Amino acid sequence: MQEILQYIFSGITSGAIYAVIAVGFSMLYNSTELINFAHGEFVMLGALSFITLSGPFQLPLLSAFFLSVAGVACIGMLFERLAIRTVREPNPIVLIIITVGASIFLRGVGMLVWGKDAHTMPPFSKHPPLDIEGAKLLAQSIWIVAIMFLMAAGLHLFYKKTLTGKAMQACAISQKAAWLAGIPSKFMILLAFGLSTGMGAVAGVIISPITMCGYDMGTMLGLKGFCAAMLGGLGSLWGSLIGGLLLGILEALGVGLISSGLKDATAFLLLLFILYVRPSGIISSVNVERF
Amino acid sequence: MRSNTQPLQLKWILAFIAAVCLVFASSAFSAPPAEKIYKIGGIFSVTGPASFLGDPEKKSMEMAVEQINKNGGIDGHMIEAVIYDTEGDPSKTVMSVSKLINKDKVIAIIGPSRTPTTLAVIPKVQQSQIPFISCAAGNKIVEPVKPWVFKTAQSDILAVASIYQHIKNRGLKTIGIISVENAYGQSGKEQLLAQAPKFGLQVVRSETFGGKDSDMTAQLTKIRKENPDAIVCWGTNPGPAVVAKNLKQLEMDIQLYQSHGVASPKFIELAGNAAEDTLLPTGKILVADLLAESDPQKQVLTEYVTAYENKYDTAVSGFGGYAYDAMYLLAKALDGTGGDRAQIRKNLENIKGHAGVSGVFNFSPSDHNGLDPDAFVMVRIKNGTWELIK
Repeated sequence: MQEILQYIFSGITSGAIYAVIAVGFSMLYNSTELINFAHGEFVMLGALSFITLSGPFQLPLLSAFFLSVAGVACIGMLFERLAIRTVREPNPIVLIIITVGASIFLRGVGMLVWGKDAHTMPPFSKHPPLDIEGAKLLAQSIWIVAIMFLMAAGLHLFYKKTLTGKAMQACAISQKAAWLAGIPSKFMILLAFGLSTGMGAVAGVIISPITMCGYDMGTMLGLKGFCAAMLGGLGSLWGSLIGGLLLGILEALGVGLISSGLKDATAFLLLLFILYVRPSGIISSVNVERF
Repeated sequence: MRSNTQPLQLKWILAFIAAVCLVFASSAFSAPPAEKIYKIGGIFSVTGPASFLGDPEKKSMEMAVEQINKNGGIDGHMIEAVIYDTEGDPSKTVMSVSKLINKDKVIAIIGPSRTPTTLAVIPKVQQSQIPFISCAAGNKIVEPVKPWVFKTAQSDILAVASIYQHIKNRGLKTIGIISVENAYGQSGKEQLLAQAPKFGLQVVRSETFGGKDSDMTAQLTKIRKENPDAIVCWGTNPGPAVVAKNLKQLEMDIQLYQSHGVASPKFIELAGNAAEDTLLPTGKILVADLLAESDPQKQVLTEYVTAYENKYDTAVSGFGGYAYDAMYLLAKALDGTGGDRAQIRKNLENIKGHAGVSGVFNFSPSDHNGLDPDAFVMVRIKNGTWELIK
């Protein structure tokens, strides 16, 4: 019992991180119908710039947090402006390949700026791990889950209650119709990129105390986040959350109850299975087209 | 008209082919045989995931070559190092080795840095009959002995023996193993499992983790269930630092042993407080200043550390020494051979009592690593630094 609980705790921790990354994927897809395979690299940028700002630059955690998230969001918007908007014939395959290229580029930049070694930082709060029935729950895990819910709630309100959020959704449905209705669709896409990459940075920041961050951390996290988004239903906010948590818990249980070799296989087997039986995900909000 | 041009074209084509043949033939003949300079090949993973190995190795080899040349070379022959980056990738390593042998015509090769890349090039090396000194740790490189293949890095056999001896001396009986999923972790795990009975130890559970995993609490929970006396972690940074952190977070009061793969200040930096009281075997380089004056390696270690830190202005790591030792062993073997490969190989095999950075080398036809467990010392991490255990 104690073991199972421990597996679930560690599953929730990594699951919440996957969920935050998946929400970033999902929200960009929701607004632009684009899958940004450089998303994992924005997670890396967020984590490493946070470590630099709070470590060598000695900023307080909160300002380091906002600065790094804002900085990464700016890089995301720059990416949209320079690499995505300038494409003459923006069909999905071309755009996706551009994002793959961007991910390789950003990884290279990360390696030049932060070097090839891993970096780490102390947890947000010095609170000792909680003891629940003999299983240990880290204070940082609680931070991660709390931030995940805050972000999801914020995003939900943004889409349902604000004009900008609604305009963004309108753009996703039909860019042309939205433009005719007076919505500046290009600006909306720019904003969506900023929000999505900023969310990637949040994921990077909250993960930085519990793991080792290096220039090459983004690839695996991005893929896991993508799996989680597909699992829950691409484009659905709550689906991404459920997908992420489910993936994390299944991974941890797979390691604990079957074999540690299965950890990464779990995600990809699950993805194949979902694509086979229910290509639209657990909670499907949009019709998924195969192209 | 047409019948007239046909033979003409044919003539031109023949002339062209002849010209091409001539150019190639002359270039083949004109390649000057290296007389004054001994060319030594170096292949290291200077960039990529194993750059922490390859980068100091490349620097150390260049430094050794510079020192040897400054002292007049070998029998008056200067040494030239031709170094390629393998990026830690086996197929690139094989290509580099072909290039070194066929294009650069080197007389011996040092490197590569990793076990998988070394294993990938061994057939080529054996076939080309070229003296080859690997800087990788894996025991499979010299076991079974291959005539042309040597290595300077301490085998994991010796590291496992040092750890087990220490565990046994403390009277501990059961151990849990957690190892990384790559060739290094695999080879370490095999040795840990194979040598346990010899020291009267029982492995109660063996788990693995991925090199980039962010969380190992699930694996550690599984090990905790068996309640072992000690946990041995086998991997290279950053994974083992996560293991150390998770162990503290789970408040598991079990002695942690790490492998020599994390024997660098980086591990202490990454694991922070969680690194305290960790025990690990390491080459003597980390504790060079703590060694007794009578230690046979004291002098060479001090020289190497000072020279390296002066030249490159960075802290020395335990890994560069593999290439440094390889270069000096090779220099010793080259002496008086005039560059004859078979003679170099024979000389290498007969080197005895060579005090290097990684240990005292005693090669023999049946031992191409030449080190014994004395090459390792056990250290404990205390207050963010190393403490030598007697």
